[in-house]
Amino acid sequence: MSELVFAELVKKEQLKPDIFKFSVKAPSIVKEAKPGNFIEIRVTDQLDPFLRRPISIYNLDRENGILEFIFQVKGKGTELLAKREEGKTIDIVGPIGYGTFKYDDYENIAIIGGGIGVFPLYELAKCAKADYKNVTTYLGFRSKDFVVLEEEFAKVSDELILTTDDGSYAEKGFAINYLEKDIEEGKVDAIYACGPLPMLKAVQKLALEKEIPCQISLEEKMACGLGVCLGCAVKTAKSPKDAPEYWHVCKAGPVFNAKDVEI
Amino acid sequence: MNTEVNLAGIKMKNPVTVASGTFGYGREFSNFFDLSKLGGIITKGTALKPWSGNKPSRVYETASGMLNSIGLQNPGIEYFAQNDLPFLRKFDTAIIVNAIGKSIEEYVELCKVLNTLDIDGVELNLSCPNVKAGCMAFGNTYEGVKQVTSEVRKVLDKPLIVKLTPNVTDIASIAKAVEDAGADGVSLINTLLGMKIDIDKRRPVLANNTGGLSGPAIRPVAVRMVYQVAQAVNIPVLGMGGIVNGDDAIEFMLAGANAISIGAGNFINPYTSVDTVAGIENYMKKHQIEDINDIVGTVEMN
Repeated sequence: MSELVFAELVKKEQLKPDIFKFSVKAPSIVKEAKPGNFIEIRVTDQLDPFLRRPISIYNLDRENGILEFIFQVKGKGTELLAKREEGKTIDIVGPIGYGTFKYDDYENIAIIGGGIGVFPLYELAKCAKADYKNVTTYLGFRSKDFVVLEEEFAKVSDELILTTDDGSYAEKGFAINYLEKDIEEGKVDAIYACGPLPMLKAVQKLALEKEIPCQISLEEKMACGLGVCLGCAVKTAKSPKDAPEYWHVCKAGPVFNAKDVEI
Repeated sequence: MNTEVNLAGIKMKNPVTVASGTFGYGREFSNFFDLSKLGGIITKGTALKPWSGNKPSRVYETASGMLNSIGLQNPGIEYFAQNDLPFLRKFDTAIIVNAIGKSIEEYVELCKVLNTLDIDGVELNLSCPNVKAGCMAFGNTYEGVKQVTSEVRKVLDKPLIVKLTPNVTDIASIAKAVEDAGADGVSLINTLLGMKIDIDKRRPVLANNTGGLSGPAIRPVAVRMVYQVAQAVNIPVLGMGGIVNGDDAIEFMLAGANAISIGAGNFINPYTSVDTVAGIENYMKKHQIEDINDIVGTVEMN
């Protein structure tokens, strides 16, 4: 169940020129949150920018009630947020989304992420590993300059495969090619993905072809984040017969079964 | 201090309602506060049958506001009556259903059903700019508004409020049509038709190309229209358009609104509506106003 908190920004780190990691004290949200959930942040107490910013949860430190999120400065709103100083508070609504990552039924977990889409996958990998799952993580980035969180993901994965499109760092190529190879070798029970749309489409296609359970985390332009405005619509796949034509990222999502949505 | 108002025959403990499409059917907000604190709840636009809504992207932020083209996605009146109405009835607040249709027949059939439900009133939506048939297609002429409203009036005994579009030349004449057709009240404004273009893709950002603009950006337009309508008709006015706090609400009431709705303000803070109730009370204390009804329409023009 979502709530609104004014959470203290206890630690602020700059991972890249345009990427920030914020650690905030939000014990009540941390207690409720599940891997895959996100939060909505009001970046100003003024009326412009008007809407909250949906941002995925990177890490939940349950012991200390600390929630961590990582975001890229993309426009006016995230630019304002990035200026927030340690010790100040942040207006957060969360956790949001009934659709979260579920891995209980599987042993060999494949987690695949691309670019800034890797952030919400960390909490999933961490929890799955802690639950003694065999976690293989495949992360793809455009080039060396874009690689983030390599060490962090290495710690929560049994194996980490890192690729860059141009080969300027680690393996050259796309992360999905390595995932496909492992599927063919029978090493994958379930797939979890977040990243750019072309990557998600490719992962969805692969999972459906190979008949491997797959969950994907989606985003869509959003207003309320509360499930009332029905803005963040995602087209429902034809298979669930009685399903409505559209689901919503902030309610049924942000994590969907790959077979249930048209992306 | 009295904050109770009577809007078109609907008794409310305070003048604050929530606008259609910004509050769902209340459930999500009930996690944040007691819905009984509100004067009334206007439901999501609801039709005779379920509607799927428009293709995404459906929303986009603009300066101090937002564009939307949801396309009135709703589960239909049957689902509402079975699942949402019993829930809403647990709260001590007026329940007003926003009614939508694609033809006069659909509006009439829907209102026949609404007449049998345990609700306090109907807000007839003749103003959604995002669907091809019905709604704004009727709402932008005197004749269209009068015709639909008259037909609905014949089958609906409950309080009837008609919601107007601001996308017209003379809003006062449209409001007159509502009054002439025998409705009990008028609500305004719905969203202003707008468009945002992605300059790199050279395409509108919304899949439907155009959408309705709401939020504080439209507030001065709404205040002006509420004033004009209040001057033109003798039926009560429900005012809305970019209200985010008590001061904004008071502004609408001074212009002639008997009650107000919080719309997009619900999106930026789930407590906007209840905070507005408190804000109105603070204004009353500060200005020693005994009865909120005393300030309605008391703006003195220059």
